[in-house]
Amino acid sequence: MEHIVIIGNGIAGVTVARHIRKLSDKRITIISAESEFFFSRTALMYVYMGHMKFEHTQPYENDFWSKNRIELVHDYVHTVETTAKKVHLNSGRDIIYDKLVLATGSISNKFGWPGQDLEGVQGLVSKQDLEQLEITAPNNKICKRAVIIGGGLIGVELAEMMASRHIPVTFLIREKGFWSGVLPMPNAQLISRHVKSHHIDLREEEEMAEIIPDDSGKVKAIITKKGETIPCDFVGLCAGVRPRISFLENSGIELQRGILVDRHLETSVKDVYAIGDCAQQREPVGERKPIEAVWYTGRMMGEALAQTICGNPTQWNPGHWFNSAKFFDIEYQTYGWVWSNPKEGHAHFHWEHEDGVRAVTIEYDVATRKFIGINTFGIRMKHEVFDQWLTDQKTVDEVVASLKEACFNPEFFNRPFDLIKKEFQATQNATA
Amino acid sequence: MSVYQRNMSLTGEPPKALSRSEKVASAIGMIGLFILVLAFFNVNLPWKGAWLTASLVLICGGVIAFAKAQYGNKQAGIKNDGVWFKDLSSRGFYGWVLAIFLTSFYIVLYFYAELLGQGANGASNTGLIGLFDPLSYLLKGKPASQWFVYGTLYTVAILSFGIKFIWKYRHNSYEVIRTGSVMFFQTAFAFFIPEIMAGLNATKDLPYYDLKNVWPLNYYLFDQWNIDQLLANGSLGLTMLLFGIASIFVITPILTYKYGKRWYCSWVCGCGGLAETAGDAFRQLSDKSTRAWKIERWLIHTVLVFAVISTVGVIHSYLGNDGKYWLTATSFLISVAVFLTVLFALIWIFKRDELQQDAKYGAIGFLVIILAFIAIHFMAGTESLFFFKHYAVRSTYGFLIGSIFSGVIGTGFYPILGSRAWCRFGCPMAAILGMQQRLFSKFRITTNGGQCISCGNCSTYCEMGIDVRAYAQKGENIIRSSCVGCGICSAVCPRGVLKLENGPLEGRINSKAVLLGQDPDLMELLSGKK
Repeated sequence: MEHIVIIGNGIAGVTVARHIRKLSDKRITIISAESEFFFSRTALMYVYMGHMKFEHTQPYENDFWSKNRIELVHDYVHTVETTAKKVHLNSGRDIIYDKLVLATGSISNKFGWPGQDLEGVQGLVSKQDLEQLEITAPNNKICKRAVIIGGGLIGVELAEMMASRHIPVTFLIREKGFWSGVLPMPNAQLISRHVKSHHIDLREEEEMAEIIPDDSGKVKAIITKKGETIPCDFVGLCAGVRPRISFLENSGIELQRGILVDRHLETSVKDVYAIGDCAQQREPVGERKPIEAVWYTGRMMGEALAQTICGNPTQWNPGHWFNSAKFFDIEYQTYGWVWSNPKEGHAHFHWEHEDGVRAVTIEYDVATRKFIGINTFGIRMKHEVFDQWLTDQKTVDEVVASLKEACFNPEFFNRPFDLIKKEFQATQNATA
Repeated sequence: MSVYQRNMSLTGEPPKALSRSEKVASAIGMIGLFILVLAFFNVNLPWKGAWLTASLVLICGGVIAFAKAQYGNKQAGIKNDGVWFKDLSSRGFYGWVLAIFLTSFYIVLYFYAELLGQGANGASNTGLIGLFDPLSYLLKGKPASQWFVYGTLYTVAILSFGIKFIWKYRHNSYEVIRTGSVMFFQTAFAFFIPEIMAGLNATKDLPYYDLKNVWPLNYYLFDQWNIDQLLANGSLGLTMLLFGIASIFVITPILTYKYGKRWYCSWVCGCGGLAETAGDAFRQLSDKSTRAWKIERWLIHTVLVFAVISTVGVIHSYLGNDGKYWLTATSFLISVAVFLTVLFALIWIFKRDELQQDAKYGAIGFLVIILAFIAIHFMAGTESLFFFKHYAVRSTYGFLIGSIFSGVIGTGFYPILGSRAWCRFGCPMAAILGMQQRLFSKFRITTNGGQCISCGNCSTYCEMGIDVRAYAQKGENIIRSSCVGCGICSAVCPRGVLKLENGPLEGRINSKAVLLGQDPDLMELLSGKK
């Protein structure tokens, strides 16, 4: 019986395992050093905030794996020997595979800051990071101030986590507005304002120069590029993530920033595949980046790869881009592409409610009126409807006119679509 | 996990202690409760009306002040910080203390009312019940009873904790309106209307009748004393009785078809009302395991069968065949048997494919049991069932289900089993509505394409112990007989994935759904359509 070995039990590894089981009788083994059972990484923040216990983040009951004949090995892979089709574990055990799936995920970026390896400096990616956080920043007596570097999704989560334990936070971001490398400026400023309203000391256009240790080798303060010293007991490194691939350096598998894969998600070595955060596409699909550290991407790659492994070669061919996040109390969803600056020939339509927590930005093609994508803040939208509209290449006028049909807000919620329509017409008339 | 816990205890803990304003608020409420305790121990308070007013105002004020301290200075949004760190809301020491206190209160209330000061044989009330006499005289001109005390405190709890809940979910119109509804129905239908009507001179001993309390939740609706008292009140009583019957056979099915069982369980019902307001702090304690789900399915339907058998037995025993009532015992038994058989046949013919294997076995088994009991009634006459008197069956039901299950366990164990243990495992009304909801309703919770991140907030905060995430992460609609439609799963979802909806029946159950996001060809493949 063919033995499929999967390294990593995050969403990508677990999805490919589940789908292989649905399609076949192959022997499946998942190896993970991080945790015994699959848990939802995106929910780690809620454990720290006390919304959930760690076991609540596990989407399947513990006997699910044995019931589905998925073997779990709780160990660390230190090398992969592709010539012998073997993985070597820290415990000394070797596992022989017929096909190997690398789904090892990410680690936090470190850009060579002085002091970046001090005690009290960390990112937030793994379960171990969370455990470390409980030691360094359990409350505001032990951690009198936290500094967070990098205005991305993990940074804002970490800020919210700290705030839930009343730990003062200074949040340094390089850009003019929060996540403005991705969000158009009005959206970025909306989020910046909201983060500040939660008593976060958010500093735009500010970067960290170095981290200062105390006598015991623990972080004591940071110095910003503008020369300010900020005393703190914790530094959160949230300037993005990169693939977790160092153990593959001598494996013969071709690596760049990530593990290079073709459209079938196969690496340079036959029968070795890579999916999720650690995979790097040789030819990026559409407008997507070659490496996508996104939950949904990991899941969908797992679905596609299971087909290939089970005898139905399937290219990685994702549908329309979508994503979501939550910034403190503001939910964000996006469908299609909205760039921080409109692409050549495109324009943005912005609408923001006077309450300051709801907004919509739409990108469209000026000449053809084609709808390109939408960002919504504080308004829930139906994925299915936007997916269809993008496939049907609806115009921006059609989309704005029928936004109501795409609304996914709970019942009785106030729906601001007439206001949006009115403002859209006003801006169109102004430019016409 | 074990490592993580040890670390926490080594290095200190997250904030879970009460803030100063929360402490002050708690103290205010406690003083209100203390007045009740004084009365309980027969401290003879003068100006009872004033002391009672002070007590109730302090309790309400304490709860509302606590809500203000907790939510007043925070922005609108989800307020679950520290829920699992706080002792009271995570089955800690104080959780157990509260559970034991509540449970003891229920035992005294149901079985030892004299301890509360209930005056026996016409003697006037003393103690706690005596304290409530002024309010009772004001409303209906009669002395209070233990049930009046309970009803008043129950209403006060729903109103004050209702305000707290609305404060907590002020950003969510569904929760605000729904909570307004349970507060209204409790205050008007369960408290003021029946109490005032019972006191009207025009009515002759009109029984306390909460119109929204539908059989079989209201299991004594068809008891002889209740029927006789209703009928003694002429057209008013008759109208109320007919409304009670229409509630079961007409109103309930129509509303459940249109809106799901939530129209009752989380918008109208008193048990649900208490669970959603005073019980809100404990909703996360419900058991999400498949084992608990299995127990739930067998237990709740067994209670329903028990309710049907005991009610049929009671009605049969007093109807007789002598023409005292419009309906004779024989025709009653035959019509019940025919009704249940036809109902079963219709479900079997039209909905068989939607039933799980164990549901089919259960349905057949339960039908056979009920028909067997009816057959025994037929042969054994009106007095007894085997060697049990009918009223003994009925009073066993009242004791085990009406008192122990719904009160002592259902509410007393809020801090241990979560706020909906009775609604989930025991309520026969919920069982009937659940069957309708599963098989004949437009209600469903829809999931939003491929947006689920499996975080587990929805499952954690489901008071009915539904593993919502198990459906959401597959892109399936959630159609569960137990869902009471409280809407909290949708509220706590950080990615806007869940929505309570009433929609067309077609495609309502979509267990073949796949998550959105892929190339359409692959999605068809995944869903087995290709």
